[in-house]
Amino acid sequence: MNQALILARRELGAFMRSPLGAAMVAAVLLIDGILFYWQALAEKLLSAEVLEQFFYNASGTTMIAGIVLSMRLLAEERQMGTFTLLNTSPLGDREIVLGKYIAAVVMLGIMTLLTAYMPLLIFVNGKVSIGHILVGYTGLLLLGSATLAIGLFASSLTASTVVAGIIAAAITGALILTWALARAVDAPLNAILAGMALHHQNFKPFMSGTLDLGCVTYYLMITLFFLVAATKMVEARRWR
Amino acid sequence: MTSEDKVIEIRDLYKYYGERRALGALSFTIESGQIIGLLGLNGAGKTTTLRILACDLLPTSGTVRVGGVDVVADPDAVRAKIGYLPDSPPLYPEMTVREYLRFAGKIRGLKRAQLTPRVDEVIQLTELGAVRDDRIATLSHGFRQRVGIAQAIVHKPQLVVLDEPISGLDPVQIVEMRELVRSLGGEHTVILSSHILSEISETCDRILVMGEGTIIADGSEAELGARWLSGMRVEIVARRAAGTDLAQFWESVRQLQGVLEVTPREPREQGLDLLTFEVQMDRDVRESVVAFLVERGLGVLQLSRSHRDLENVFLQLSGSVAAAAASNVNQGNGQGEVTP
Repeated sequence: MNQALILARRELGAFMRSPLGAAMVAAVLLIDGILFYWQALAEKLLSAEVLEQFFYNASGTTMIAGIVLSMRLLAEERQMGTFTLLNTSPLGDREIVLGKYIAAVVMLGIMTLLTAYMPLLIFVNGKVSIGHILVGYTGLLLLGSATLAIGLFASSLTASTVVAGIIAAAITGALILTWALARAVDAPLNAILAGMALHHQNFKPFMSGTLDLGCVTYYLMITLFFLVAATKMVEARRWR
Repeated sequence: MTSEDKVIEIRDLYKYYGERRALGALSFTIESGQIIGLLGLNGAGKTTTLRILACDLLPTSGTVRVGGVDVVADPDAVRAKIGYLPDSPPLYPEMTVREYLRFAGKIRGLKRAQLTPRVDEVIQLTELGAVRDDRIATLSHGFRQRVGIAQAIVHKPQLVVLDEPISGLDPVQIVEMRELVRSLGGEHTVILSSHILSEISETCDRILVMGEGTIIADGSEAELGARWLSGMRVEIVARRAAGTDLAQFWESVRQLQGVLEVTPREPREQGLDLLTFEVQMDRDVRESVVAFLVERGLGVLQLSRSHRDLENVFLQLSGSVAAAAASNVNQGNGQGEVTP
């Protein structure tokens, strides 16, 4: 674990120094801000509906930011040849993947929490519960965490960050679209597909301020599954 | 020799990339404190051998032990014993030299208390003091190569593995790198690869010549020369006597017993009326050649074994391997053996 934290700290340092880090934070804040103003504040909505709409919009930027952040984590190391340093040091495969994941979660967490001023603005002319805000942000972080794990897995498959991004986007898109697919099939398959949806059925409770343990478990399972898959890929490629 | 003395022990190692055999059968051992050079043409199997030693690549079959530990059975234990510089140094351009070396030390298990003094020591050893707080992105190729070596030795590994460490360096940097690699001997066992012949002979105690994925010759430069070359070559620098007829002089040297060939070379110093020439002998007749020159009134300033010796060994071996490979292909045989 200690080794994973050393790796995470280096990764965070690199992110903070790179123009990509600042550009990504600025882009997320800008897009969320614009959507918050146009969709949430401009329409006549109840305070809770404004908050719900904010979390809906933020979930989109969180998923995109998660893919952009994670697609380079392992692929770039291979592209630059620095993966050899990790590969030939006594770091375990699990520690490499965990270190990268922790760094990405911290980055996405900072980015997401910087949007907190938007829900707080609702208090100027309205009233929402702090619990609703906390549950919404929990959902965003869980969704982001799952997207990061998917991106990290995609990044373990290739040395090209672009290809990794495409693979991550394809897996994320497929998991989102299982909801639409669920509407086209009969029971009991429709329930299974709906339950697998990365966004719709599993994210909606968080948007409305309901902490559903089933949904929490779903996101944790997706995260765990893709982290294990990424670890197995690193292990396989290490000895190729 | 006990197994504890053997830092590297490779037995019947094979590595296949798909159907293509990159290594095999490869067997050799290396003792502690030696500087070993792997010499071979591109595709001879040098990098594959080093990557397997560094636990960056899995062997197809055979046994590879580093410090008595098997690379397949316990790769993490082996990784703790080695420092590896691949052909392109694995550097993070956004980090400073000191940050990078601290990171390399930490992931290799250096304790907090050891880290700062060891990083300072390595910076001093590799002469990186002037750029210690510079970003790696701003460093020249020579300094990057030094940082690459520094990361490989920061945790005081038993074995340092360097893949083409002088590749792309200018002449001054080559001399500095050679001194640096030599300074690593003793405390570490060093194995390095190169296709630059003079570099291997200048730096290494023992040379392993590779071809077609196997060792085709093993020994010091002198041993290889004695085994593979008939006689010897020497380079002589002499001050020419006034009125020397050069054509007649070359001919009379050629007539000496034991001399096979005399080849004039460009003098390295100008304006001193110097002659520089190479004499190929079928046996050691250096004394009689020098006596002849002195008798003719020439002042002998320098006599040294020619660096072309190793080059000739290398070319002869590479030629033999290539011929054996071609012959084996024709005969449908996968293996070849080179004999003097």
